[in-house]
Amino acid sequence: MSTTLKLPAVPRRRRRRASNPDLGTERGILSLHDRRRRPVRMGQLVSHAFLLVGLVVVGLGPLLWLAKAAVSTTQDTIQQPLALWPSGIDWANLSQAWFEVEVGKYFFNTVALAAGQWVIGLIVATSGAYVLSILRPAYARVLQAAVLATLFVPSVVLLVPLFITVARPAFGPSLLNTYLGVWLPTAANAFNILVVKRFFDSLPFEVFEAARTDGAGPFRMFWSIVLPMSRPIVGVVSVFIIIASLKDYLWPKLVLPDAAVQPLGVRLPNIQSQTELDVTLAALAISTIIPVVLFLIFQRVFLRGAGLGGAVKG
Amino acid sequence: MTVLDERRAAPPQRPHPRPDTARRRDRSIRAWVRRGGLTTLLFALPMILVFSVYSWWPILQSLWMSFQKTNLITSQFVGLDNFVNVLSDPLLGRAVLNTAYFALLALVFGFPLPIFMAVLMSEVKRMKGLYSALAYLPVIVPPVVAVLLWRFFYSASPTGVFNTIIGWFGIPPQPWIQDATQAMPALVLEATWAAAGGSIIIYLAALLAVPPELYDAAEVDGAGIWRKVWHVTLPQLRGVIFIMLILQIIATAQVFLEPYLFTGGGPNNATVTVLLLIYRYAFENSLGGKYGEATALSVMLALFLAAASFLYFKATQKWSTD
Repeated sequence: MSTTLKLPAVPRRRRRRASNPDLGTERGILSLHDRRRRPVRMGQLVSHAFLLVGLVVVGLGPLLWLAKAAVSTTQDTIQQPLALWPSGIDWANLSQAWFEVEVGKYFFNTVALAAGQWVIGLIVATSGAYVLSILRPAYARVLQAAVLATLFVPSVVLLVPLFITVARPAFGPSLLNTYLGVWLPTAANAFNILVVKRFFDSLPFEVFEAARTDGAGPFRMFWSIVLPMSRPIVGVVSVFIIIASLKDYLWPKLVLPDAAVQPLGVRLPNIQSQTELDVTLAALAISTIIPVVLFLIFQRVFLRGAGLGGAVKG
Repeated sequence: MTVLDERRAAPPQRPHPRPDTARRRDRSIRAWVRRGGLTTLLFALPMILVFSVYSWWPILQSLWMSFQKTNLITSQFVGLDNFVNVLSDPLLGRAVLNTAYFALLALVFGFPLPIFMAVLMSEVKRMKGLYSALAYLPVIVPPVVAVLLWRFFYSASPTGVFNTIIGWFGIPPQPWIQDATQAMPALVLEATWAAAGGSIIIYLAALLAVPPELYDAAEVDGAGIWRKVWHVTLPQLRGVIFIMLILQIIATAQVFLEPYLFTGGGPNNATVTVLLLIYRYAFENSLGGKYGEATALSVMLALFLAAASFLYFKATQKWSTD
């Protein structure tokens, strides 16, 4: 329950582990002695093979299949879905999807939606955590309790009232069919604030005192000291927000009923029902590209963030 | 949950380490501003605004909306009518049973798998990063893409992807999501594929925190590999496992995307879930949404989940604390 979080320590430890795999200091379930025994070695080999084959087939397989199907003809995909090589490569699928089905337009909607959600989400999470962790005014405790309480409210309760709040705000225009209707509600994310706050808590307090003595105001301290020291956590929360934006379906579908502003993910079911299979699969492949490329580039941040999610939940 | 204030207590003289001067006791607004109260409030403002409009207010609103009949413009108090309407809906029982069935299948087949995988993965020394990345790959695929892709995989024709695969083992083609009895397990299979990677990474992180001395001690006592797993590893993961279990139950009780996109609730209502019903009440009615009914059902589901988690934490308290 009370796994304390030491963020910088985790990757360092992992790296050390990876560089000296046989060092006895960082042991797991198997001891050095175990590892030398023949049946254990065989077992290790078997589990290695099982993991490699299983994870490649289950984790990578569907994506590779999608990549193949995106450039195959409908005939090939339906009649021999598991043939290793298609009878011919049909690059036209991609351009047909991008231009005729207007995947390109929806793709840019997706990017715009995610970018705005990222900026607004990051502003709310970092400034909120700064108040709760470092500035700590008298009302910080109440505020923190009120923010954290929302973690315990299942999202289903919010669905309808939140929709009405966005569609018919108490004042101001309706946010239906505007990206603000997605950006603002998703920025009210207590989990991200909590993650950033816990990182700020672990920063050395002496630095802030020194800065304050040197005459740095709250803004300068936030911008020139706290944020630069918090790059790892800002990276992790950025990944959280952007991936959440790319994966979200129901909320953008409700708030953006107008097809012209919908992101690709919301549009895909309609595309599927109106387009030929090979072009649909090309559209699916295109909408998988951004998250997969982001994952390949920032893999370490992704995996650290995923593990961190567990540490905070614990 | 209990983690927040442990380290908070350590430096008590945090933000305003001013000595006890007269100025500090001065509670006038000007003094507050001079102390930086206004800039602090400025920093707190984005959070306060966003949370009050899009979180605290809707939560409160849901409480009274469930007693109202509203068409977005006017609303009138109707007492318990919404609850009565929802409870007398013949589909409700079906939806509750289906949701429970989904949750049960996900618990039996989907829950142990990541623990097993994480323990195996934590013992391989080479290519660990590669394995984690491969396991995590399905998690980053947008769920819409995953569902639409799997819907094609589940094609009932003999040349469908899964039918081809089971054909290699001599199993005749199956109808998958087109059959009322097979649809739900098929949805669970996809949901497990989509979510297992995230749990694996969390368990891997938790496994790193198991103190190696415990294994040394177990070996001194003559424990073999299986006994080490059973008596050291799993008990050490206990806390994480308990949390993951209740989180999974809460998540599966709100399953929506899979039934909505795979089957739309069919065949023959075999995959109508509670959340799908809420969605239908509110957003799939051409005559204007039954927002009151939808909120009433949401509130009932939330209360049920809150009660379930409370009982769960009470019940597991004595095992999860050392």
